[in-house]
Amino acid sequence: MKKFLVGIAVASAVALALTGCSGSGSTAGGSAKVITVGFAQTGSESGWRAANTQSMKDAFSTENGFKLIFNAADNKPENQIAAVHSFINQGVDAIVIAAVVTTGWDDVLKEAKDANIPVILEDRTIDADPSLYASWIGDDFKQEGVTAGAWAAKTLGTTATSMVVLEGTTGSAPAIDRATGFGSAIKGTQIKTLDSQTGNFTRADGKTVMEGFLQKYGKSINLLFAQNDDMGLGALDAIKSAGLTPGKDIQIVAIDGTKDGLTALSQGDFNYVVECNPLLGEQVATVVKDVIAGKKVDKAYTAKDGAFDKDQATAALPTRKY
Amino acid sequence: MRKLLKHRILWPIGALLALVLLNAVSRPSFLSITVRDGELYGSLIDILRNSAPLMLVALGMTLVIATRGIDLSVGAQMAISGAVALTIISDSKTPGSLGTVAVAILAGVAITFIFGLWNGFLVSVVGIQPIIATLVLMLAGRGIALLITGGFITTITSAPYAQMSQGYLIGFPFAFFVSLGAILVISLVVRRTALGVLTESVGINPEASRLAGVRSRGIVWSVYGVSGLLAGVAGILYSSNIMAADANNAGINIELDAILAVVLGGTSLAGGKFTLAGTVVGVFIIQTLTSTITFLGVPPAVTPVFKALVVIVVCLAQSRRVREWLSRIRPTRTPTTTTTTPVVERIPA
Repeated sequence: MKKFLVGIAVASAVALALTGCSGSGSTAGGSAKVITVGFAQTGSESGWRAANTQSMKDAFSTENGFKLIFNAADNKPENQIAAVHSFINQGVDAIVIAAVVTTGWDDVLKEAKDANIPVILEDRTIDADPSLYASWIGDDFKQEGVTAGAWAAKTLGTTATSMVVLEGTTGSAPAIDRATGFGSAIKGTQIKTLDSQTGNFTRADGKTVMEGFLQKYGKSINLLFAQNDDMGLGALDAIKSAGLTPGKDIQIVAIDGTKDGLTALSQGDFNYVVECNPLLGEQVATVVKDVIAGKKVDKAYTAKDGAFDKDQATAALPTRKY
Repeated sequence: MRKLLKHRILWPIGALLALVLLNAVSRPSFLSITVRDGELYGSLIDILRNSAPLMLVALGMTLVIATRGIDLSVGAQMAISGAVALTIISDSKTPGSLGTVAVAILAGVAITFIFGLWNGFLVSVVGIQPIIATLVLMLAGRGIALLITGGFITTITSAPYAQMSQGYLIGFPFAFFVSLGAILVISLVVRRTALGVLTESVGINPEASRLAGVRSRGIVWSVYGVSGLLAGVAGILYSSNIMAADANNAGINIELDAILAVVLGGTSLAGGKFTLAGTVVGVFIIQTLTSTITFLGVPPAVTPVFKALVVIVVCLAQSRRVREWLSRIRPTRTPTTTTTTPVVERIPA
């Protein structure tokens, strides 16, 4: 058994050394201008994340002049830091990080800086000295909330409206920022929040909590703000089985713009959907190229998040990728 | 009367009634049940329907715990069965046909049954500790489910599949009959045959039971199989409820809720004597607690604290030692002699 374990250890060490060689070889060998990029993704926790990963892989393709080393950290910070370490050791040209957590990045980012490897943050922000990374590209959760709230204020703000909210995971950045944005946009209107509970960003919890809301308030609910599509989709079933018509008796505004969400919108079950764009790959690839070429880049880029009503959703559906 | 008061199941039932009362006082509409298109509708009906997946998982967990084991992989197994069933249905040309749905459900449940047997093999034959043996599948299972769905949430439209969790039968939710069926079958099998007693004897002392001629290996092996099977059915119900295979979230943390339900019901984690009726009550306590949070409007940030408080109170109420202390404080007669049943004194995190 012991021998066997030693064997495994040796084999993996050799494998590591080999990948190390090939990594630096391709950059040093300098086959023209292939840019080697290490991408430390959070994991594969949702459909949004899967779309985000796919978009990165598409943008950092061989045809576009990149060699992408992809790592999914399974949502564990220690895995992710280990991945970034290995990118540095492999001597990549740039590192892209979608950070699992916001803290604990200073040491490894300093190492990257000492090795002259630029770091670009994708999707999530971190708490570290801004000089340690070149740029951040992501979605503005607060603006998404504002856009959703502005629609609600415009459509229902002048009549007395009772709203219930399905919140995202308690304490997560999108849940907090979307709530803040929405709240600021409906301030001073006649929209009153009856209740707000967490649905943990999942369909099942969205459904259960909506059932509770309906039992509690019955027909007095006019508006539902679901902080993501999945919870809104779960709530649809609850509303239907309560004998109400979603989209009419209870208007629904959601955030994300997934294919399923837009389908519900085009069928009239949802009333408005704000996009949270996971297709950040192209934008990140552009920034990476600029950074390596020595061009000056901004510290932060926010993705262009659109918003959809029924007709726009029907038009966008056939080409929707996620 | 005194004997009734000492009965273990009395305390969980008391807790359940107290929770229902709390809801009813805060909002009387909690108790109202209306008939809509021949279907019953109301909070209590929602609780019956939504508790079905946890009920199935907790019944399996009760048997596993009775053998001194634990099955941490049930949540991951739910994700796998849902992923398998929905992938079959979405790949099929006739997603709405009864045949396709039957094949999908059988395939999903069969796979988790095999995974359950694998757990049982690791525990009973290889001799790995149950917590480690099932931890493997708990961690790997979601990966398997994600592999099956390709990392996306698979969604389907299929009327017969929707029936599983959303449909009704003679006014009651269909899912309720599924959990009722499981309760009846398991109680009959373990209480009308010697299997229940044998399971308890294995849990109390595996070595002594083996020497007494009980095939403890076979019993331990099969309870994990049953647990996997029930988790598979629970996964079907979960995915049918939202008509989507959400590999990341299906049955997440349900293993902890199931263990909690078993403990709340009065079965000791030390193995041995178990009570299925207690588990059933424990499941209803947990499900009612979930509704209570919405009904009372407990803010999401303090929800875990609220849940923990209720659980602590119920566990303390069950502890014989605490009850003895309380009876000493009260000016009562001398404490009566204790019964032989093991008592739960642990509170799971």
